[in-house]
Amino acid sequence: MSTLTQLQVGESVTEIQLDPVSRMDLIKYSGASGDFNPIHTIDEEAKKAGLPGIIAHGMWTMGNLAKLFTAYYEEGFMKDYSIRFKGMVFLNDVIKLKATLKEKQDKNLRFTVQAVNQQGNEVLKGEVLYQQY
Amino acid sequence: MFKEQIGKQSNKVKNVVERGAVKKFAEAIGDFHPIYFDEETGRKSRYQTNIAPPTFPRTFDYGDIEGFNLPNKGLIHGEQTFHYERPLKVGEEIFCYSKVKNYFEKKGNFGEMGFLILESFGEDAEGGLIFSSTSTVVISEAVRKVLVK
Repeated sequence: MSTLTQLQVGESVTEIQLDPVSRMDLIKYSGASGDFNPIHTIDEEAKKAGLPGIIAHGMWTMGNLAKLFTAYYEEGFMKDYSIRFKGMVFLNDVIKLKATLKEKQDKNLRFTVQAVNQQGNEVLKGEVLYQQY
Repeated sequence: MFKEQIGKQSNKVKNVVERGAVKKFAEAIGDFHPIYFDEETGRKSRYQTNIAPPTFPRTFDYGDIEGFNLPNKGLIHGEQTFHYERPLKVGEEIFCYSKVKNYFEKKGNFGEMGFLILESFGEDAEGGLIFSSTSTVVISEAVRKVLVK
């Protein structure tokens, strides 16, 4: 396992590309999170809300992005994780998750993070402050 | 409508970081790392137990804020933050509550939008902070009209 300590400013952790978003992904997230807003699972409800189809929970994408850092649990933890939701994620979208080291200060590593869809549009962006032990 | 709720907060509710709930949540975000569910990996880690993913506090019960009701439709999740003093450990009790931090309205592309900022907290039994989070919820003009009725 590589470590975050070796990462230089400007470098990124290993990127993750998610499988195309499926309805089952969103049904599972609804159940696991308790967020049963029907625009995430039921077509007619999404249409009634003026959407072209069901959309992923923003928190589903934010949850997925956090796994870029999971493997480093012995080194530190996510002290601050802030996200702005920029665009909707639809069924069959292919989302790429990225984190790039922006700043290193003692034990604090500041990353910019983003999730991008298959058109290259940002659906979410933000920052992670990772504190090393 | 939400302005007069600023500063109001809920009573603390005891939550448990349940093993099964953590596993289910980790699976739902496609994070199959054993630190979230394999007992031996947890035991051998610096935490000596399994931990929960950073966005897991989404599942907690934060109690009700008196007189404060959010519709379950027509809301847009604009921003979200989490702050941690340390990771959440499986099996521990967390005392959670929420607070209406701010509400303001702004003219946007879709008319007058409402911005509601909710702040949530998770503490240990002694009242020490473990995590806090803020959610910015955007409420469209159309939805606000329905709420006023």
